[in-house]
Amino acid sequence: MTQQPAVVPVPTQSGRADGSQPSRRSARRRMFYIALGFLAPALVLLGALVLYPIIYTVIRSFYSPGGEEFVGFDNYVTMFTNETTFTAIRNNVIWVIVAPVTCTVLGLIFAVLLDKIRWATAFKLIIFMPMAISMLAAGVIFRTMFQENPNLGVVNAALVAINSVFSDDSAYPGATVRPDAGLQDDGGTISAPGVNPGSAQNFPLVGVKQSSLPANAAEAKEAPDPDSDAISGTVWLDVVQGGGGENGEVGDGKKGLPGIKVDAVNADGTIAGTAETNDAGQYTIAGLDGQGYVVALPASNFDPGYQGVSWLSSAFINGVVILSYVWIWAGFAMIMIASGLSAMDRSLQEAARIDGASEWKVFTRITAPLLSPVIVVVFVTLIINVLKIFDLVYVIPPGTSKPAANVIAVEMWTVSFGGGDNQGLGSALAILLLILVLPSMIINIRRFRQERER
Amino acid sequence: MSDLTIVRGKRTVAQRILGFFGNSIVNVLLLIIAIFWLVPSVGLLLASLRSVADNSSSGWWTVFTAPAQLTIENYANLLANPTITGSFWNTIMISVPTTAAVVVIGSLAGYAFAWMEFPGRDWLLIGVIVLLAVPIQVALIPLARLFGSVGLFGSIFSVILFHTAFGLPFAVFLLRNFFLQVPTELLEAARLDGASEWRIFRTVILPLGLPAIASLAIFQFLWTWNDMLVALIFTNSQSQPLTVAIQSQLRQFGSNIDVLSAGAFLSMIVPLIVFFAFQRYFVQALLAGSQR
Repeated sequence: MTQQPAVVPVPTQSGRADGSQPSRRSARRRMFYIALGFLAPALVLLGALVLYPIIYTVIRSFYSPGGEEFVGFDNYVTMFTNETTFTAIRNNVIWVIVAPVTCTVLGLIFAVLLDKIRWATAFKLIIFMPMAISMLAAGVIFRTMFQENPNLGVVNAALVAINSVFSDDSAYPGATVRPDAGLQDDGGTISAPGVNPGSAQNFPLVGVKQSSLPANAAEAKEAPDPDSDAISGTVWLDVVQGGGGENGEVGDGKKGLPGIKVDAVNADGTIAGTAETNDAGQYTIAGLDGQGYVVALPASNFDPGYQGVSWLSSAFINGVVILSYVWIWAGFAMIMIASGLSAMDRSLQEAARIDGASEWKVFTRITAPLLSPVIVVVFVTLIINVLKIFDLVYVIPPGTSKPAANVIAVEMWTVSFGGGDNQGLGSALAILLLILVLPSMIINIRRFRQERER
Repeated sequence: MSDLTIVRGKRTVAQRILGFFGNSIVNVLLLIIAIFWLVPSVGLLLASLRSVADNSSSGWWTVFTAPAQLTIENYANLLANPTITGSFWNTIMISVPTTAAVVVIGSLAGYAFAWMEFPGRDWLLIGVIVLLAVPIQVALIPLARLFGSVGLFGSIFSVILFHTAFGLPFAVFLLRNFFLQVPTELLEAARLDGASEWRIFRTVILPLGLPAIASLAIFQFLWTWNDMLVALIFTNSQSQPLTVAIQSQLRQFGSNIDVLSAGAFLSMIVPLIVFFAFQRYFVQALLAGSQR
């Protein structure tokens, strides 16, 4: 981990030992042929399988889909005007801005905090481990984690669990009326029209799981006869566990539904009175002086409540895919930066601390500037890597949100191999990727040159 | 001034409390992060150990409340599936030769770049450094045609060739840097004794460069093992590796989580073993040159 061969000095030209022979020229020529022998396999493979394809792809990008016709820059124009490819390019821009920065910042934070804990090695292993697995496996993992159904997707399950801590309304999701009870179920609101004070209105409901009843639900009881200015009744689960009983009748061990809000609504739609059912499901709305109320159980009683977020929908898909990338690559940034830190001479930091500098000052004024070469390496590597991101985007988004998550590498695959059959446009997209990595190539060459001059 | 302060050092009680808390905040924070980082993999493992019915009705975390539901049925099904086992072998047949080829060809060229004097050396080396960042996408179309015209398309060999070529720039650059660390005196002494370059390569460079070669081999192996894009294009149903076989399950069944999770975990087992056994070398390779 302490080895850093990238900064090894290069041997000087004079360090060669073949000057002793009388014919230097023939010795040199011999050396050249020997070197060629050592290099040949690599040069042949690189020439035939990397260099030649680059040239071919450049030329191919100026030809029609099938390759018969020269079309000039048409493919490049298409690339920037076609909505699909344009989305892909835009998403790549988002990726390049968000993913490398997030990975580098997280890596930096982890690397700096690592100093302060005893289990640093274990922590490094845990964060770095995703680097070993394929993007396909990571894709499967994240696609599963971010499923919408909170019973299956762990993220939504956690969100729903957290939400239920803060909102304690007892809801009966999915409850409906018994079909023959003479009640209306109108978009979740269950109501009985034309009820006069002094009479009872019962609500036999179905569609609630026995297991989801609150613990305080007692056996349902008929409400006592109401006063002349009141409406009373019972809301109960009209199902007997194990079967039996008479539909629409209280008794036989049927449970009342506690905590249901009941409204008495005037003809003009205003709420004249409201009540909540008790443990036995009984309610009484008093103080009513008119006639012909609508007794309603508002939809809020049956609202399924918070169900999490549709993570894999078009709105969030890029976030999920980028998050999976960060999960994989933050470890890389952490390892690189941590090794930069461990190779660093700490005496400057110590001196600053003795002079009374705060930890934050030590970090921003001394540690971070000294680390900047490593951070640049990490950043450039991540940008190169992010530009050609393929597997995660190919695997995670379900069909409906694929267009929203598209990136250049996936689009290149789609148009040239995945059914598009347009190798002209595919070549142009590949060349775009090549152009986008050019700046990092130049940075690499610069670094190499600087290193040689040292 | 009392004994107490001397025993406890210079810091005041308040500072000590602050220090303890600061430290434990970092500990707790990193612990939470570590758990967050582990949840995805652990979730996949647990999902792969649950039955089809369980996975379609509840999430993997319910195993903590009902631990009896674990089963290896998914893996049994997977290993009874000839497509999956065949693709597992294909993955090995692709990764191992690719790694060997990259190591051999890369170390030959790395030695030449590090210790041989020949015209145009620096320019060739800069060429290699430029190729480090070339995205594989530029080679997909031309090589699909090239391999098609010589009858390699659809075979394992085409994938091996592709990965070998694109693994080389990194290999050459990494090994050149490592080989440069071999002490000059050793090589000069060998040359004065009249040892041939080939002999120096075998008896001095290779043994001394073994840690570097191990780093490269692990990196290249994992990279080839985990590849999907190249194999997706260049293989057919007989020669496809595990990644392609699994992703076709994803396409076919949509959210068939049990097959997928067991398959994905199967594809992770070998890389994880390699990772935990050789993580030191893996890290070395990353530190030496990371421009893939």
